[in-house]
Amino acid sequence: MWRNHRSGWGWITIAMHWISAVAIIGLFVLGWWMTDLGYYDAWYNLAPWWHRSLGMLVLGLTLARLVWRLVQPAPRVPGKRLERLAAHLGHIGLYGLMLAVMVSGYLISTAKGRGIDVFGWFEVPALISGLPDQASIAGEVHWYSALALMILAGLHALAALKHHFLDRHDVLRRMMVARSY
Amino acid sequence: MLKKTALATLAAAALIPLSQAQAADYVIDTEGQHAFVQFKISHLGFSYILGSFEEFEGGFSYDPENPEASGVEMEVQVGSLNTNHAERDRHILSDDFLGADSFPTATFVSTGFEPTGEGEGLLSGELTLKGQTQAIEMPVTLMGEGDDPWGNYRAGFEGSTLLTLADYGIDMSAFPEAMHELELYVTFEGIRQ
Repeated sequence: MWRNHRSGWGWITIAMHWISAVAIIGLFVLGWWMTDLGYYDAWYNLAPWWHRSLGMLVLGLTLARLVWRLVQPAPRVPGKRLERLAAHLGHIGLYGLMLAVMVSGYLISTAKGRGIDVFGWFEVPALISGLPDQASIAGEVHWYSALALMILAGLHALAALKHHFLDRHDVLRRMMVARSY
Repeated sequence: MLKKTALATLAAAALIPLSQAQAADYVIDTEGQHAFVQFKISHLGFSYILGSFEEFEGGFSYDPENPEASGVEMEVQVGSLNTNHAERDRHILSDDFLGADSFPTATFVSTGFEPTGEGEGLLSGELTLKGQTQAIEMPVTLMGEGDDPWGNYRAGFEGSTLLTLADYGIDMSAFPEAMHELELYVTFEGIRQ
């Protein structure tokens, strides 16, 4: 039930998937909104603080998710050889973009050597700082990779719906509930 | 009705001096970095070297109704010195000057405050640098205070003073007279707690 199986995902995978989905879409909307706030807006300081804190938690979750994905079995992938290959590449792309967005975000805030405060609970130390134009370049990467991630995540959702409604595969259902065997 | 309003007004008026008489504690805004500790020292009498200490923390207490009771404390990480020149920074931090390995922090603790005018005063206190403590005085100015847009109340100050480096065991005898003193400039905003 908790662990993955050759014919379905376990609850841990399912939970991490949906928490990531909600958090990442939320971070995108928050990031979009907060970068347009005026200096005198009451949220000018608070919104980025939430964005950084949440982003660092999702980065931690994503690393845990990758470890879990690698040490656990994965359910069988339905479809033709080319479809399966596309699915694999798509998922690798999603993981790659998630890491690119979060690592670049981390590199913006830590560019001058200051760590990131996470909800006042703890601080993520600055490991890499002082690279040439670090904050500006990381900022560009952050924006474009976030945009690319949203597009790929949209395709991911469309693909899930296509599998569910057109192909009548169980891929969407098995990401909703873990089954007992 | 009228009586009630008058009473309420009286009660409110009675509360005002009380709330204003309480000295407020402020934390220096290092999170938003609206605070700077800088120095300026002659370079051989030709120009100046400007530098800053990038890591420090502190707080102050300040009450406009009773400025004599004001006080401030700061602790500076000496190793965070930056003059935009890595090799020079390393030299200044070495035992030739600041000895940052043996004396990693510099501190200032105020001992008194004497108002000299509207929003101005003379701050006295003890500065500890390179392990040596000296009584110093620094004229300070209240630059402004009020509500900020993000829900806090801020007050900001600036002040500067001249330090004789020999007082802190920093031997400048190999350098021209102009380099024996240094101007310390501090400005910060505090967020009322």
